[in-house]
Amino acid sequence: MKYLDEYRDGELAQRLAQELRRITTRPWTLMEVCGGQTHAIVKFGLDALLPEGVRLIHGPGCPVCVTPLEIIDQALVLAARPGVLFASFGDMLRVPGSTTDLLSVKAQGGDVRIVYSPLDAVRLAEQNPDREVVFFGVGFETTAPATAMAVFQAEQKGLKNFSLLVSHVLVPPAIEALMASPDCRVQGFLAAGHVCAVVGYEEYVPLAAKYRVPIVVTGFEPLDILHGILMTVKQLEEGRCEVENQYVRAVKREGNLPAQDLVRRVFSVVPRKWRGLGEIPQSGLGLAAKYAPFDAEKKFGLGTIRVEEPADCLSGRVLQGQIRPHECPAFGTRCTPEHPLGATMVSSEGACAAYYRYRRHSHEQPAATTAAVS
Amino acid sequence: MCLAIPGKIERIENIEGGDPLSRMGKINFGGILKEASLAYVPDAQVGDYVIVHVGFALSKVDEEEAHKVFDYLKEIGELGELEEAEEAAQTKETPR
Ligand code: SF4
Repeated sequence: MKYLDEYRDGELAQRLAQELRRITTRPWTLMEVCGGQTHAIVKFGLDALLPEGVRLIHGPGCPVCVTPLEIIDQALVLAARPGVLFASFGDMLRVPGSTTDLLSVKAQGGDVRIVYSPLDAVRLAEQNPDREVVFFGVGFETTAPATAMAVFQAEQKGLKNFSLLVSHVLVPPAIEALMASPDCRVQGFLAAGHVCAVVGYEEYVPLAAKYRVPIVVTGFEPLDILHGILMTVKQLEEGRCEVENQYVRAVKREGNLPAQDLVRRVFSVVPRKWRGLGEIPQSGLGLAAKYAPFDAEKKFGLGTIRVEEPADCLSGRVLQGQIRPHECPAFGTRCTPEHPLGATMVSSEGACAAYYRYRRHSHEQPAATTAAVS
Repeated sequence: MCLAIPGKIERIENIEGGDPLSRMGKINFGGILKEASLAYVPDAQVGDYVIVHVGFALSKVDEEEAHKVFDYLKEIGELGELEEAEEAAQTKETPR
């Protein structure tokens, strides 16, 4: 496929890695923020190509992984409710709540439907006027424009049986929270390309300056990621800390203005709890006052559920890059993708699941090479 | 969920009334046709590549920029090859 295959060329990947080795004189620790990048790095064994001392920490960039337990529990309550048709992206179904998951609720008779797009949920509401359709609106800036459009259309169509359980999160505030933490060891960031395709990268400029770290907007294919790492290390070696864009073919500095516009109309910025990280100010989107009638939490009087995250899951430390997935004692034993203890083991973008899938026994260094880059 | 992939616009459905927010298109992903909203890429035309995520085109792939970066990547590659060729040449010429 065009714009995919050519970015997986193993030969070029080796060359990029060679160039990286040539310019690297010191150890550096970088964080890739996005789970899609984590997945590609582990799958293609890109970390095995890096010069000694250059280390990648896998950041909190997987919306499935960071959706707080409380919201999952609310989803479970709603999905089990008679008369409710609960529509969700497929990868939320196996995320463990405090007692069960959406898949089990479905097996016990809850009407849970997997949708590919939020617009499918609007269609379901039109087709099922006698049911209350609730869409589980999770995701980063990439997904928010789609959810915003669903709510906007539902309002235009006068749908009264459509609502949203919303837990959208915003990436830059989370990056700032990580940077501000005193034990942050990250010296450079690969910012998530598709998030920036929507919101642009102006917002990162003050962050790069304040915390003196280079931030490079990076794509998702192996060559993109290696190129992004090369650009970041180059900045570090030269003592620069700027915001640069590797993913120029898809990201403009200002981002996607029509998408930002609709998101701003439908949502407002709110504080949001992140699974494993706790509450981060101004890091989420909730429905704006005008669209409050579409808020499932209010509509069904869910109230706040208070729960504790299970102590034996160390996903919070994984998400902050303090430990690697296989350093968690439960990894691969009590916790597997079939029986996940934490959300980072569920989604293929979660660091624990990616490690489990591509390097089951890896307490040692990854063995993969770009031979895997097909 | 975050997976967003590039596809080519095959057809644009002209919505009567012309509300740009309701513009839809048929996108070709390596032979598989899927419907996506073009609401957020008002200037995208048939033949353009767009990055699609959960049923929405989020940005148009800029062909010119893609070429520039790719040429640069290949340049790094060729430099490496050149160095290697020189090394190889030198080892050959070294008298035993
Ligand atoms: S391996 Fe399982 S228990 Fe350990 S941090 Fe990852 S998700 Fe949590």
